[in-house]
Amino acid sequence: MQCPKCHAAMHTYNRNGVQIEQCSGCRGIFLDYGELEALTRLESQWQAPQARPAPPAPYPAQAAPAAPAWGAPHGGHHGGHYRQRGFGRMLFSS
Amino acid sequence: MELAETGGDVLGALARMARGAVHGEGECGCGPEEVRVLADREDGAVVRHGGLVAKAHAPGTEDAPHAARLALAAHPDLGGILLPPVPGPRSGRIGDRPVTVWPYGPPVDPGDPDAAPWEEAARLLALLHRTPPPADPALPAMRAPAKAALAVGRMLRTAPDHPAAATVLAAWRTVTDDGGSGPGGGGTRAYLCHGDFHLGQLVRDFRGAWRLIDVDDAGLGDPAWDLARPAAWFAAGLLPADVWARFLGAYEEAGGPATGTDPWARLDLPARALTVQTAALALAKSAAEERALDEVEAVMIDTCARITVSRTAPASAASS
Repeated sequence: MQCPKCHAAMHTYNRNGVQIEQCSGCRGIFLDYGELEALTRLESQWQAPQARPAPPAPYPAQAAPAAPAWGAPHGGHHGGHYRQRGFGRMLFSS
Repeated sequence: MELAETGGDVLGALARMARGAVHGEGECGCGPEEVRVLADREDGAVVRHGGLVAKAHAPGTEDAPHAARLALAAHPDLGGILLPPVPGPRSGRIGDRPVTVWPYGPPVDPGDPDAAPWEEAARLLALLHRTPPPADPALPAMRAPAKAALAVGRMLRTAPDHPAAATVLAAWRTVTDDGGSGPGGGGTRAYLCHGDFHLGQLVRDFRGAWRLIDVDDAGLGDPAWDLARPAAWFAAGLLPADVWARFLGAYEEAGGPATGTDPWARLDLPARALTVQTAALALAKSAAEERALDEVEAVMIDTCARITVSRTAPASAASS
């Protein structure tokens, strides 16, 4: 594909899942239908509430987070046992 | 859409209002899964019809605070944070309950804990707390401390003789002793707060982005109360430490003002209050249903006991 402005070759790049064509000469950018909206959406997610899926372990293997003096020991023995039921309960005002 | 009905058939009236909001007097071709009661509680009944829901707020809801909270949800500064109501003259009443109309949004899937949007919830709360409160109309205090006090009151009315009631009450005294039952959560902080945050307060909007819903308890106060429920569940040992770390980390990363360098300095008091609230309601509900406490409820009572012990044991009173 040729750039409509300077007629140099355009190369396709993938930016956050959106295909854009950029001119190798004037660096101009060509967007297909809907791609501007897709970029705008990505930008708004990036600026404020980032809705992108979190990496699997954003806070990897740190020391246990701080807890209050009255906190239960977090040895891991609670987790699997209570998690499913506790989670469901957390969904509702209690 | 004025329906002057009294208590009796709130859900029926709500269903008619929701249908009218979507179709007017016209035909309804909505599928049965799109016409459903989503909630039926004293403090909020919600009926879905197609793309909209109609909500009956608590009986006796005061007009001025209600109007201010609705205006907050519709305020452009809160776009992208709170789900806005459906514009237009869509509100009505059922008896002494005001009714409002909102877009329907899919909620968090309770069957899939790993998919729960903890980071997104934290960022939305941080953005809410960072938004300067709109000056007009003036917002009331957020209601999180009032809800904790109401839960204790309900326990005292309905289960005063329960063997665990004294344990819950003793933990509640550590909250009131610290001024935590005051308006806005005690203290002088006056941030925009949700007032009743939990994972059921998130839905996806038409774009698929998560938004906070339910402004009935929103208002000004100490934003630490909005983190208090997950904090309480973490402290009780029910919310895994890694999930809590993700939630708090995302909140701090988004610049939320609720916590400082020592998060528990601010979280301790509201997390104690939410522990008490959960335990008090567990006692009230188990008494009403004439059943024993289940495992999770018993954990909350144990946590209440530890709260009181940590207060009376001099060596561990560091965080108070």
